[in-house]
Amino acid sequence: MARLRLDKVRKVYDNGKVAVADASFTVADGELLVLVGPSGCGKSTLLRAVAGLETISSGTIEIDDRAVNDLAPRERDIAMVFQNYALYPHMTVAENLAFGLKLRGLPRVDIEQRVADAARMLGLDELLDARPRRLSGGQRQRVALGRALVREPKVFLLDEPLSNLDAKLRVATRVEIARLHQRLRATMIYVTHDQVEAMTLGQRIVVLNDGEIQQVDTPMNLYERPANLFVAGFLGSPAMNFFRGRMRDGADALAMDGASLPLAGARAAGPPLQAIHGRDIVLGLRPEHLQLAHADARHATFDAVLEVIEPIGNEVFLNLRFGGIALVARVPPQELPVPGTALRLQFDPAHLHVFDAADGRRIT
Amino acid sequence: MNARRNAWLVNGALALCAALVLFPLFWMLSVSFMQPGEADNLPPPMLPLHPTLDNYRELFAHAGMGRYFANSLIISTAITLLSLVCNTLAGYAFAKLRFAGREKLFGTLIGALVIPAQVAMLPLFLLLKYVGLINTYGAVILPAMASVFGIFLVRQYARGLPGELLEAARVDGAGELRIFVQIVLPLLKPILVTLAVFTFLTAWNDFMWPLIALTGQQHYTLPVGLASLSREHVQDSGLMMAGAVVTVIPVLVLFLALQRYYLRGLLLGSVKG
Repeated sequence: MARLRLDKVRKVYDNGKVAVADASFTVADGELLVLVGPSGCGKSTLLRAVAGLETISSGTIEIDDRAVNDLAPRERDIAMVFQNYALYPHMTVAENLAFGLKLRGLPRVDIEQRVADAARMLGLDELLDARPRRLSGGQRQRVALGRALVREPKVFLLDEPLSNLDAKLRVATRVEIARLHQRLRATMIYVTHDQVEAMTLGQRIVVLNDGEIQQVDTPMNLYERPANLFVAGFLGSPAMNFFRGRMRDGADALAMDGASLPLAGARAAGPPLQAIHGRDIVLGLRPEHLQLAHADARHATFDAVLEVIEPIGNEVFLNLRFGGIALVARVPPQELPVPGTALRLQFDPAHLHVFDAADGRRIT
Repeated sequence: MNARRNAWLVNGALALCAALVLFPLFWMLSVSFMQPGEADNLPPPMLPLHPTLDNYRELFAHAGMGRYFANSLIISTAITLLSLVCNTLAGYAFAKLRFAGREKLFGTLIGALVIPAQVAMLPLFLLLKYVGLINTYGAVILPAMASVFGIFLVRQYARGLPGELLEAARVDGAGELRIFVQIVLPLLKPILVTLAVFTFLTAWNDFMWPLIALTGQQHYTLPVGLASLSREHVQDSGLMMAGAVVTVIPVLVLFLALQRYYLRGLLLGSVKG
């Protein structure tokens, strides 16, 4: 296994489009790092650049402190799992698994051993003689994983490996990949657009948008202290609620378009808001930090109209309207009034996130 | 009831068309077994009165048909094999490899399709004469080694191969030649069969260019040899039809044997698989 380092990696296409802008991060030996972002954010391009399938315009990619910029994919000692599996359709499962090993000139006994080991690990024993078209999506996915595993490469690259599976199988395979990583302690980069996959699998996550790295951190830090509005809105489902407005002098309320969010009680428990009075800001609040107000609640409360109730079993999502903005609250299952009713809500000021409205950066 | 009548009508019409198409072939076969001069009677007989193999014996013993057959076989096989190699390599490169000027070069090739083959014949003849290839197998084989149509056919099919497959092989450690041989070629099989059958049929049936480029009888192909029969034995329909049978039967057998693959290749991409 190995350490991977990217230093100011930049990819500009011939038409001038910047796919990746100065990406720098390090993947530690044995770490599972997730690249996450919306479609077209440059995450797959970055992964392909690491694989050597895409040339980079500038910067350095190092595997174990050795620059691999000019090396062909086969010289980088990496293995990749593709979104559409990319299994060789005219070869059996065993041949698919063995192909890369044969090319490396391994003795036949070793090849057979490794193929058998990988097949056992992934539950493919019975399918070794089958061709890919006979396999289900989940089985194909496992063969694709197996093809990477048998190679025992320095770095595993996984490009949205679960996106072609149905929801149930996706969850099962996700757990399987996590188990596999725990067992192998392999260096892995995992690309996905699914924030749940990113949060559950990643030891650290790189959030990308428009080719630029927004934040690199552990899943919980990203969730609890997002560096900017993009990260705050991208991670978390339902997404974070945003209140745009200007902090009133005295920091006792946020003056919004058509509404006012009372913050008087927030001064003691929440972030230091006095310093930003008079500034245009965005306050962020996760749905789980917005609750139905207790009868005796006096601070940090406001009224919103209940629009839609979404019960999902262990909790209920309340879709509300406050002034001109839509809000979501995540509450425990309980008796609820009918949609159209005004509800008194309270929030925990300690969980307020404050962003600059101009550049979206976190203020506190 | 209506449906039944329609089925009869459609099947009847199809049977009639099939009979019209097959009749000349049937008569060709029938005349090839007739006695000399028997086919020239009016009305022409449908079946030989006294079937004989004399025409075939004469064809191979004195008219040099064995030699023509061998020439056709050598030339058509060589053209098929060589053009398969050239067209497949070029078609794959145009479809999947990135190189400067790829689209422009391909556009130029496609543009060349509008130039009639006849226009190129004279300069081609002079060129081959200059290098001393006229009246050799090379004079027919060399110009047919690559065709724009073949390159286009392979390119269109190869474009359908997922790029990730080739990338997976690159990551697995395969070089470009190995990728071509071990990954691409097996996947191109349907289109290669189509191209092979098509090329073989075209080469086998080609008359004009072999007639121009092969001046000596020892190099004649079957169609040219057949034409020479008609000049020398204009009255002998039996001999000519026997020659026609010898010319047609191998390609007919080849086509029927590979029909499944051939049609599959032609239909590829037309429906979702």
